[in-house]
Amino acid sequence: MIGYILRRFGAAALVLFAISVLVFLIFFATPGVDPAARIAGKNADPATLEQVRASFGFDRPLPVQYLMMMKHLFVTHDLTSFVNRGTLVIPQIVEAIPVTLSLVVGAAVIWMVLGVAMGTLAGAMRGTLIDPLVMLLGVFGVSLPVYWLGEVVNLLTQKQLHDSVFSWVPPLGYAPLSQGVGQWALHLLLPWLTLALLYAGIYARLLRGELAGALNEDYVRTARAKGLSERRVLLRHALRCSLIPIVSLFGLDFGALVGGAALLTEVVFGLPGVGKLTYQALQNLDLPVIMGTVLYAAFFVVLANAVVDVVYARLDPRVRRA
Amino acid sequence: MTSAADKARTAAAGRAAGPSAGPWRRALARLRRNRSAVIAAAGLLLIVLACVLAPVYAGAVARTDPFTSNASGTAIVDGQRVPVLAQSTEGLGLGVTPIGPTWDPGSYLLGADNQGRDVMARLLYGGRNSLLIGLSSALLCCAIATVLGVVAGYFGGWIDAVLSRFFDVVWAFPVYLLAICLSVVLLTSGLHLGPIHIDAGSLALPVVIIALIYVPYVARPLRGQVMALRDKEFLHAAVGLGASDLRIMRREVLPNVLPTVVVFLPLMTALNMLTESALSFLSVGVQSPDASWGTIINDGLALLYTRPAITLAAGLCVGLTAVALNVLGDGVRDALDPNARLRGGA
Amino acid sequence: MPEPLLEVRDLRIRFGRFTAVDGLSFALGPGEVLGVVGESGSGKSVSMLAVLGLIRTPGAHVSGNIVFRGRELLGLKDAEMRSVRGREIAMIFQDPMTALTPVYTVGWQIAEQIRAHEKVSARAARDRAVRLLDEVGIPSPERRVDAYPHEFSGGMRQRAVIAMALSCNPALLIADEPTTALDVTTQAQILDLMRRLRADHGSAIVMITHDMGVVSEIADEVLVMYGGRAVERGARRQVFHTPRHPYTWGLLDSVPRVRGPRARRLPAIPGAPGAAERGCPFADRCAHRFAPCDEAPPLTPTGDPGHLDACWLPEDRRRTR
Repeated sequence: MIGYILRRFGAAALVLFAISVLVFLIFFATPGVDPAARIAGKNADPATLEQVRASFGFDRPLPVQYLMMMKHLFVTHDLTSFVNRGTLVIPQIVEAIPVTLSLVVGAAVIWMVLGVAMGTLAGAMRGTLIDPLVMLLGVFGVSLPVYWLGEVVNLLTQKQLHDSVFSWVPPLGYAPLSQGVGQWALHLLLPWLTLALLYAGIYARLLRGELAGALNEDYVRTARAKGLSERRVLLRHALRCSLIPIVSLFGLDFGALVGGAALLTEVVFGLPGVGKLTYQALQNLDLPVIMGTVLYAAFFVVLANAVVDVVYARLDPRVRRA
Repeated sequence: MTSAADKARTAAAGRAAGPSAGPWRRALARLRRNRSAVIAAAGLLLIVLACVLAPVYAGAVARTDPFTSNASGTAIVDGQRVPVLAQSTEGLGLGVTPIGPTWDPGSYLLGADNQGRDVMARLLYGGRNSLLIGLSSALLCCAIATVLGVVAGYFGGWIDAVLSRFFDVVWAFPVYLLAICLSVVLLTSGLHLGPIHIDAGSLALPVVIIALIYVPYVARPLRGQVMALRDKEFLHAAVGLGASDLRIMRREVLPNVLPTVVVFLPLMTALNMLTESALSFLSVGVQSPDASWGTIINDGLALLYTRPAITLAAGLCVGLTAVALNVLGDGVRDALDPNARLRGGA
Repeated sequence: MPEPLLEVRDLRIRFGRFTAVDGLSFALGPGEVLGVVGESGSGKSVSMLAVLGLIRTPGAHVSGNIVFRGRELLGLKDAEMRSVRGREIAMIFQDPMTALTPVYTVGWQIAEQIRAHEKVSARAARDRAVRLLDEVGIPSPERRVDAYPHEFSGGMRQRAVIAMALSCNPALLIADEPTTALDVTTQAQILDLMRRLRADHGSAIVMITHDMGVVSEIADEVLVMYGGRAVERGARRQVFHTPRHPYTWGLLDSVPRVRGPRARRLPAIPGAPGAAERGCPFADRCAHRFAPCDEAPPLTPTGDPGHLDACWLPEDRRRTR
């Protein structure tokens, strides 16, 4: 097991390195415009351009440029935004990280709990009304744009029904944990639910399919023949095995969430996280900020993937030796 | 899990063996019997038809140009001529409030946006772009992925090792972030790669970007399928007959993976359309004055509380189209290759 | 025969309009081994699943009597049935590769069964699992008890499955083709093991198989099924030496004989398995079909006590082996 963990994190480090090279090449080696002009932003004056060239070493070979870039990002933390004259990028990101983590971790917990509960219910009660409902939610989960759903939620809770049903909903924005767990959770509740609902639908549908397959497996018949209760057969045997592919998918989706849906959710709900930061940087093409947020997000994604894989190995004895 | 999936896939591959029209015709018959898939296909056809007829609507019914701002225009509501844009009465008095839905097809059916443009006409034109980008990027993505997946799976060895590592990295990279990186760079300079020249504002740019980021989603399952095919007798027979690699790939391997590609196509179209709308919403997709459903949702964001129709209508269009594509895709999957799985299982 | 351990009377199983088992009756004494023979689709597995109340297909309809130790099992509440399953009647299935839950250790799964039926500590259950694994011939059971199913070979897994089935000392063990998925050497070892365990534990065994060879090695009594009906029943000696039903002849002819003239080619039973619409289920494939076969023959006693068969053929057209 220890060996597996070490190997897995070694692989994660390699992937991170590859991603950083990929991002670096996209930003600095894409043919077309002088990268310094890209970094400096639209209509930069010659002095700024000169400053950018010196700071990123654009007169030196690519590997050196890469190393200088990484140094700015992860060692000296002095990557500077030229669009927002002289703002340091990394402190902004560090400040935004707790917001994003609050959003995605909370949403992920809700989505897994809800998804597993609904999927198990649908799998155990095939032929009842719950089953098609879960299937429908699953289709919506892959089809509705999450940011649009967020806007509809905002429209209802902040405007249309704000004076009646939803008077308890606080204005858009984030309340740090220092204001109390209650306020923190209250501000995040609707973003969590919006994000979690779609994913819960997808996962419930997937789990239902897995469970339906598992319930036809020989080992379930053996478990029944052992005289176990139907509940134990369902939860300890069928569900336990069905969760394995679900968990491996969770690793991938959690990463996609950090870098994708959460970004859009933050924008819609006005949460000052890494996603919102990226969004603002996109509006004025502030490349250093984008580069910083992308690499920091990628770091969390790859880390999350590795952690999930280790959990996965705990769940499935067959992969430990592989 | 893997071994069971592989076994099932091998079985599926075996069933589809041979380039005869039989399996395709049988699958079509199965698809026709799937009621929800037929309804989804009909709905999709309706949406496509409406979007294709966008110029007819804009020119003959609404008589408006949805791409130029129309700040001083007027509309007729209840027999009275009113300006399209009114000074905002809410808030600080800054900005303008466009007229809301008139429910009159001849004049601002769904109201105007903040530049006085007809939302309904823009919705239809935007739909053309959304559907076009979704479909063409799905086609491009599947084409690239099929070539790479077949080559990696067929040759194995170092070719497979290189391609697979590349897939792994892109796979681990959140797609939106990758798309944002590519978009941000290419939007400033356009794409100039050898003989390919794409301008910064071109619609082809989001097509290429979205197609590229999803290549591993399609290529990885295909590669696995080709690997399983490699051990099949009919491939050994073809090798034994002295057929060239190219010929074997084209005549023996390709027909066997094609059903899976066809299953992925509607699902990828839905996924790509959603990605386009998200990128456009983030203003790194379709560029003004062109419209797509994503840009219209973004336009409506500022007017969400006063004129929600803009965002609601555009979002419903995206959602319904994606639902139709996904239901149809599920139907195609059940009919052709029940074991085909994209990443995410969707 | 003393008070039978298991008595099945007029068992009928329907799935919608399809009749899988059509009036099956048999009895089994304590410690006896009954071989149930037939092709796939003959209803042999499904009738044994019915004994354990494990038919769960929606739309399935089971009727008749299944009396075990004087108690009617059919219609028993699920909780009561559970105390029978695994404790009084255990069942092992054909494919040992998929019969164990892949994510738990073998020992855990054996202990789970013990603890489902008896109030014992986890420690004690585990110790018993080790002893059971030892008993079925798994080397270094102390270590293997913590191994996962995928770390076992096919034969080892079937041994583990048997150990699990025996963990509560069941009075009846139902084995559904326990050797079919194994290679020939392993088959022989597993049969050996089952014979030895029967002697040690005194469990009665129902051995479901399509292999006459397996039956001849282990069974006391033989039940031949075709198309959801019993077509012949009797002691092993009776069925093998004086087979009465044309289907049984076919089954015996398809096994190479050790003694006597060697056939140039093993004859096959013509046609595909499946019951005729009406009348004798085997009629469509039977070389001896004649007019009375349009009506289904009942299972009737022959001259020999304990030997029954369901065929209209007159005595002079029967053959002996």
